[in-house]
Amino acid sequence: MPDTQELRINGKTVRVEADRDRTLLGVLRDDLGLTGSKYGCGEGRCGACTVMIDGAPARSCITKLGAVASREVTTIEGLERDGKLHPLQQAFLDAGAMQCAYCTSGMIVAGAALLRQNPSPSRQDIVEYMDGNICRCGTYHRIIAAIQSAARAVKEASR
Amino acid sequence: MNLPTESPDLAEPTPEIEFERYELREEPAYHFALDRRDFLKGLGGGLLVLYLLDRESPDAEAQESGRRRRGGFNRAPVPQDVGAWLHIGEDGKISVFTGKAEVGQNIRTSLTQAVAEELRVPMSAVTMVMADTRLTPFDMGTFGSRTTPDMSRRLHRAAAAARETLIDIAAETWKADRKDLAAKDGAVVQTTTGDRLAYGKLTGGRKLTRTVTDDTPVTPAERWTISGHDAAKVDGRSFVTGAHPYSCDIRRPGMWYGKVLRPPTYHASLVSVDSSAAQAMPDVKVVRDGDFVGVVAPSEQLAARALAAIRAEWKPGPAISDRDLFRDLKNPGGQRPPARGGRGGFGGPNGNAGSIADGLAAADVHSEGTYTIAYIAHAPLEPRAAVAEWANGELTVWTGTQRPFGVRGELMDAFKVPEARVRVIVPDTGSGYGGKHTGEAAVEAARLAREASRPVKLVWTREEEFTWAYFRPAGVIEIRAGVKKDGSITAWEFHNHNSGGSGVQCPYRAANQAVAFHPSQSPLRQGSYRALASTANHFARESHIDDLARAIGMDPLEFRLKNLKDERMRDVLTAAARAFGWGRKPESDHGIGIAVGTEKGGFVATCAEVAVDRSSGRVHVVRAVSAFDCGAVVNPDHLKNQVEGALVMGLGGALYEAIAFDNGKIQNPKFSKYRVPRFRDVPEIEVVLIDRKDVAPAGAGETPIVAIAPAVGNAIRNATGVRLRSMPMVPRGLKV
Repeated sequence: MPDTQELRINGKTVRVEADRDRTLLGVLRDDLGLTGSKYGCGEGRCGACTVMIDGAPARSCITKLGAVASREVTTIEGLERDGKLHPLQQAFLDAGAMQCAYCTSGMIVAGAALLRQNPSPSRQDIVEYMDGNICRCGTYHRIIAAIQSAARAVKEASR
Repeated sequence: MNLPTESPDLAEPTPEIEFERYELREEPAYHFALDRRDFLKGLGGGLLVLYLLDRESPDAEAQESGRRRRGGFNRAPVPQDVGAWLHIGEDGKISVFTGKAEVGQNIRTSLTQAVAEELRVPMSAVTMVMADTRLTPFDMGTFGSRTTPDMSRRLHRAAAAARETLIDIAAETWKADRKDLAAKDGAVVQTTTGDRLAYGKLTGGRKLTRTVTDDTPVTPAERWTISGHDAAKVDGRSFVTGAHPYSCDIRRPGMWYGKVLRPPTYHASLVSVDSSAAQAMPDVKVVRDGDFVGVVAPSEQLAARALAAIRAEWKPGPAISDRDLFRDLKNPGGQRPPARGGRGGFGGPNGNAGSIADGLAAADVHSEGTYTIAYIAHAPLEPRAAVAEWANGELTVWTGTQRPFGVRGELMDAFKVPEARVRVIVPDTGSGYGGKHTGEAAVEAARLAREASRPVKLVWTREEEFTWAYFRPAGVIEIRAGVKKDGSITAWEFHNHNSGGSGVQCPYRAANQAVAFHPSQSPLRQGSYRALASTANHFARESHIDDLARAIGMDPLEFRLKNLKDERMRDVLTAAARAFGWGRKPESDHGIGIAVGTEKGGFVATCAEVAVDRSSGRVHVVRAVSAFDCGAVVNPDHLKNQVEGALVMGLGGALYEAIAFDNGKIQNPKFSKYRVPRFRDVPEIEVVLIDRKDVAPAGAGETPIVAIAPAVGNAIRNATGVRLRSMPMVPRGLKV
C-alpha cells in the first residue's frame, strides 16, 4: 500500500504517496513531474538517471524511495539557481557537449557531483569518475572538456 | 554509385532506398487522400511559400498528402508535391514546416541556419516545426543522410523566394527601384533613404502564396554568413536543464502506463494465457488481441507487477544460435530476392569487369580472406517510447521515430483508421542511428490506450530494446585479390553475404573485378544502422587492401594513393595522414593504421594509433584522426561533433559490440553485458574538415563511421602482426 512520505527534493520538502519500494526515478518522473532524470537501463549501468543524494551521485533507477527519506535529493532541475545556469550546464552549452542530449542530465549531475568533491579534476579523474555514464552519440571528450572548463570557471569566479 | 561529385546546380536526386533497409519492407505502402487545407487556412495572413517537389503538379496545395508510388524493392516510395513550407506571418513570425525529425544530428539547428541565411534574419527569429504528421508536409523519413542535401536545399530555396517576394512587394509599395532595396534583419530596407518595412507589415493583411522549385537561386556558399558558420544547438538550454520533453517525458491528463508481454525466445508463438491474477488486481486492465498481450495500470510499477502475474505458455521457435550464424548466412535456404550489387548495382563505375581468373594469373601475390560481422544493436539511450491518446475517434501518438509518416502508416494499418484521423508527433528524440524507423511502441501504446479509454504511455525497457528492436545485419564477406609487385591490383573479387550492398564497390583501380552482395536469411530481425553495410564493407576492403600493400612491401598510404581514382578520396587520405603524422614509427606495442572510404556523397579517411597491452590483452585506441569532406560545410562545430561521435560509436562495433544469442534467446540484452564505448575508451581525437564551397553539402551523420574499424584493425596488425578479420575484433581482448 502507498505510504505518505516526506522527501527533500531540490531544497524543498515534498510529500508523495507512494510505495517505499518504488524507484526514486519512477517517483521523480511520474509523481513529481521531474522528468529531467531519464530511464536508460534500469540497472544503474548507464547513468541517465543520475541524481545527487546528500551531494553524492546516485543511480535513481535502482534507488528505492524508502532509502532517501530525510536525505537531500538534487536533480538536474535543481542545479539552476535564480535563472542562472550551474557553471557545468553553461559549460555543456559552450562546449557543444551533446547531440541527442538524452544522457545530458545524468552527465551534468554526475559532473557537478565530481566538481563538488574535486574542484580541479585531471582528465584521468574525470574519465574514472564518469565511466558509468554512457553517451551513445559519443560526445565523451566534449563532456570532459566541459567539466574541465566549468572547473576553471568556478575557480576564476571564486578568486 | 555515389562517387561523382554533386554539383550545386543539379536537380535534387531521386531518393533510392538501399537494399538492406529491411525494416522498411516490413511496412505496407499506402495511398490515402488528405486535405490539409484546413491547416493552411489556420496560418492566417502573411506570406506562404511552398516548395514543390513535382514541377508538373500546379495544384500542390491540395496534394501534400505524401502520395507514394507503390513498387518493389528498387522502386522506392517517392514523396511528391510539397517538400517543405515556410510562412511569414503579419506579426513577422517566421515558421518553417518540415517532416524531418531531430534525433541528435542537430538538423533543427542546421535547417534554421539555412532559413535565417536566406531571409537575412537572426536564427532566433525562425521557428522550426518538425516531424508532426498533421502540421508538416510528408517526408519519407530522416535517414540516408538526406536532410542536408534535400531538405536544406529546399529550405534555402523557399526562404530565398520569400525574401525576393518581399523585396518585390516593397518595390511596389515604395515605387522604388528594386536594386535600391535589400533584405536585412527581418525587414526590407531602402538603401537610398534608409526607410524600412518589416516583413510582417509588407504582406499587409493579405494571404499570399508562392511556390518555388529547385531552380530558385540561392545564396552561394562563399557568401554565407550564418550557414557555414558555427551556431549553438537550437533549444540547447532546454536540454542542459532537463526541461526538454522527449517522448518518454510526455504526460497527458488521466494517462496510465502500459506493458507488453514478450515471448521468451525469438519466433516463439503464444499457446495459452492465464491472466486471471493480473485481472484481479485493482485498476489493472489486461488486453489480449491475438498474439498481443498487454496490461495497463495507473502506475508503471503496478503495470510491471500485473505483467509479471500473467502466466503464458509459448511454443518455442527454432533454437537459433550465434554459433551457426556465419555458416547459415553463407548457405541460406530458399532465397527471395536475387543477388545484386550495391547502390547502383553492377555496371557502375566499379562494376564487374574482366576476368578474376585472368587477374589472379597475372598477379605476383594472391591474398584471400573471409571477414565476419556480428549483429550489433543501436542501443539508443532513449529506448522506444510512445504516448497514445484516442479522442473522438482520432488517434494522437507522441513517439521517437525517424519516420513519423511511416509510423502513421503503421497505425492506420493496425487500427483501420484513415490518415486524417491519425497524428504522429515526434519530439526531438534521444537518438536513433538508423534504429528508429519503425513504430512498435506507438502501435502497442495505441492498442492499450484504445482498450483503456485513456492515454497510455509505453516505454520499452532496455532489455526489450536490445531484444525486439532490429539489429545491424550480421554478415560474411569473402575477398580474393591479386597484386603485382609494382602495386597494381590485377584482381578484386568481393562477396558480401547478408550484411548489405552499401559501400560494396571498390574505389581502387583493378583491371578485373567481381563484386556482389548476396542476400540471405537472417535468424534475427535486422535493418538499417548508421551507414548501413558500408561499415562492414569498408572494414573488409580496407583491411584487405592493407594486406596487399604489406605483401608487396609497399607503404599502405602509398599503395592506396597509387590505386585510388577519386580526387576527393585522395585528398582526405592525404589530409588525414598529414595531420596524423603518418610514417613516424610508433613506440613498442603500439601500431598505426589508415583507411579511407566514401558513402552518401561524403569522403573520409581515418588514421588510428593503438596500444596493445600484452599481459591483459587490452587494445586501446590512443589516437584517431579523421579528415572529412562532405562538400560545403554547414556548421563546422556540429559537423566535427558528428565526426567525433561517429568515430567513438564506430569503436564499439570495431572492438567489442556483438549480440550474443543462443537457443533463440538474446544473451546480453543489458548494458552490463553488452559493451558500448565509454569514457575510458575514448582516444585523443582530431578532425580535419575539408570545406568545399563549390560543392553542395552532403549529409554527414553516417559516412564518418566507415573508416575507423579498418584503421584500428590495420593498427593492430601493425602493432602485433595479427590480422583480425571479425567485427568485433577483440570482444575478449587480444592474446598475442
